[in-house]
This record gives sequence, C-alpha cells and structure tokens, in this order.
Amino acid sequence: MKHIDARGLSCPEPVIQARRAASDLSAGDQLEILVDAGAARDNVLRTVSSLGCAAEAAEYEGGFRIVVTKKQR
Amino acid sequence: MSTQAQTTPRRTPFCFFATRTGIIFAGALIGLIACLLALSGNPVNMGICVACFIRDIAGALGLHRAGVVQYLRPEIPAFVLGSFLAALTFKEFKSRGGSSPVIRFVLGAFAMIGALVFLGCPWRAILRLAGGDLNAISGLAGLAAGIGIGVLFLKNGYSLGRSHAFKKPAGLAAPVIMAGLLAAAIAKPAFLFASTQGPGSMRASLLISICAGLVIGWVAQRSRFCTMGAFRDLFLMRDWHLMSGVAAFFAVVLVFNIARGAFTGAFAAQSIAHSQHLWNVLGMVLAGLAFALGGGCPGRQVFLSGEGDSDAFIFFAGMLTGAALAHNFLLASAPDTLKDGALIVGGPGTNGMIAVGVGLIVCLIIGFSMRKRWK
Repeated sequence: MKHIDARGLSCPEPVIQARRAASDLSAGDQLEILVDAGAARDNVLRTVSSLGCAAEAAEYEGGFRIVVTKKQR
Repeated sequence: MSTQAQTTPRRTPFCFFATRTGIIFAGALIGLIACLLALSGNPVNMGICVACFIRDIAGALGLHRAGVVQYLRPEIPAFVLGSFLAALTFKEFKSRGGSSPVIRFVLGAFAMIGALVFLGCPWRAILRLAGGDLNAISGLAGLAAGIGIGVLFLKNGYSLGRSHAFKKPAGLAAPVIMAGLLAAAIAKPAFLFASTQGPGSMRASLLISICAGLVIGWVAQRSRFCTMGAFRDLFLMRDWHLMSGVAAFFAVVLVFNIARGAFTGAFAAQSIAHSQHLWNVLGMVLAGLAFALGGGCPGRQVFLSGEGDSDAFIFFAGMLTGAALAHNFLLASAPDTLKDGALIVGGPGTNGMIAVGVGLIVCLIIGFSMRKRWK
C-alpha cells in the first residue's frame, strides 16, 4: 500500500498529493493518506471519489487516516 | 509502512456541509445574511466585505487616520468566535502554526493592498456584481487571473511547509483577542475611533451584526466556504464543489437586488467603487495571487483563525497592517464621485500603482522561491 503523510500541510497540498497518487493506482490498489484537518479530509475524500476510487476515513492520532481503493472498471 | 493496526476504527461522521447540497446551502445563507446586513445599515454592496471590515477595524484602533473608514465592525470578531464554537463543538479545534509565518504576514499585507486598490475583497466583488456594479467584472477577472497564477505555482510544488501542533494557548490567542475586540465593539470605549460620515458610519445594529457574524462563522467553518478556493479548485482539479457555494452566494444576492429594484447594471458612479478597469484588474490580480499563495480568501483566513490556526491569524495580522499602510501612505483607491452632475473618476494614485507593482513582484518571488519537488 502506498503511503502519503500530508499532516501539517495546508490545502490544497494534501489534495494535490492524493490526486497524483490516486491517478497512478490500478484496479484494486490501495493508498493510505494521513491528514490532520477536517477540511483536508473532506477535500481528499471528494477528490479521490471523482477519480473512481472508494475511500474511507477514520480518526487516527488526532487526525485522520484515509484508505483509498481503486475500483474495478 | 501501513498504519492499519494503530487506527482507531471510528469512521468520521456524516457532515451535511461537506456535501454539494451543504455548500450550496452555506453559500445561499451567507448571501442572504449579506443582504440583510446591507438592508440593516451596512453600506450598499458591502453587507459583508472581509477586507473592508478589517480596514475599518484598523481605523477604529487608530492604525490609520482615514476618518471615513473607522469602525470596530463586530462581524469580524463574531466570524472568528462562530468558527471557534463550531470547531470546539465538532472537535476540530487544533492549536497549530509555524508554516512560514513571516511570508504569510507579507502575503496578507499585499492581499489587503490589492483589495483596497480594487475597493473590496472577493466577497465584495461578488456582492458588487450581484448589485449591478459592472466594474466588479474586471475585478473578478483579475482575481481569477491572480489565482490562476497561484495555481501554476501550486502545480509546480509551491508550499509554505508543514505546520506543527502548538500548545493550546497559542491557538486560543485569536479567539481571545477577538472576544476582547467584540467586548470593545459593544462597550464602545472613548479611545476607539468611529466615523461620523462615509462607509465607516454606515452600520447594521450591533445585535444583528454579532448574530450574523456568529452564524456565518459557524456555517463557514463547517462548510469550508472559500471564494479563492472556489476558483483554485476549479482551475486545479475541475472541482466545482466550492464554486457551487459561491454561485449560490451570488445568485441569492442577485435575486434579492433585482426584487428590490436595487440592481444598477452600470459602470459609472457605483457605490464605493471606481471605474479604472486596469487598476481593478491589477489590484485583484495581486489580491488573488496573495490569497492563493496564502491558502485562503480573507474570510477563510478569519475562520481558520477561529479553529486554532496561528498561521491564518498571522495572515490576518498582515491584512490589518496592510490596511493601515494602504490608508497611511495613500495606496488605497478613491471611489468615483459625482460633482454637479459630472463624473469624477476615482482609482489609485501613484503610490497605489507602485504598491501593486511591488506587491506583484514580491508575490512572484515568493511563488518561485517556495517550491519543492513532490516525492
């Protein structure tokens, strides 16, 4: 699973990083993104969903851990 | 390395304001409140103008002595406190900072100077257009161009670096300072400056202003409403989410003005506006670029300050300083006026033109020098 630590970065940087990484995923691949703000969580979830990925966020160490899975076509 | 094993298995709850419907509702509500504030006494097409209100606060505190724009606008501290309460309620208050604070201060100052050359922040540009002030078209074009330049920097690795967790008092500083300002707005101590004529003398009642500010602060914190972010996300990712909120904001005010017969549809002699199109464009190119590099429109910076973001509060401090500089050194534009039926075109003086040029150069240097390679 590819891993991005975007904690401490302000928007849109977490989204740009997530978008670049999610664009490279193949069907079934997973990506883990750590963010520390609700706004970054919301923006990342919306962005990866628009790229054909399923994503779930859970609280993690005072921030959020988002697991992105590229859907089958 | 995966962090699966350490994750607290608690999904984040559904948030209405994170949805498309939610952001449209937020934009429409903010637009409606802006209309009500203008109806209740705030200046025409200035029910809410974050830049203008910060400029008025700078005047009230004596940081500049432009007698017509001095009033401790309660909306701004109420924005911060509304956002603070929402962040506390939804456990999003986080004391943080340390991401290039001095650069954020400089960006805030130049953003304000650019906005005061145009005569309004992005919020007011939208309100002006919705009121039929067609000069706002050139301002919004400039804003879009400035944000577009900022997007190019973002695509090429521009970053102000990571923020870090701070001790709680650092994040509480902004809400506490704003609570003090709000108390001063209510108590009206004699040492505060207050305009008796001009835009600074046009005010909604204290109670309406405070309630409006608290509601907007709450809603904007939950929805992440950001006028700069709307353009940025559209240019960067073809993401219409924030723009749909801004469109709702515009639509509500437009309908309200048309219904009241207040839509003017003209360039000349609009309320607190000038028709020097080149400087409307360039002022907002500067503001848009500075907002894009600083990570948010003036409203968003204020709301982030309420969430404990010291960096956003530093940007706010930059805007406050920029407002003082703009009026102390004659950088701000004069509005168009009518004298004996003749139009006297306003706009910036030489100092303002030079300041815009210097600001653009400084912002470009910041944009080029703060890049990193993505890993």
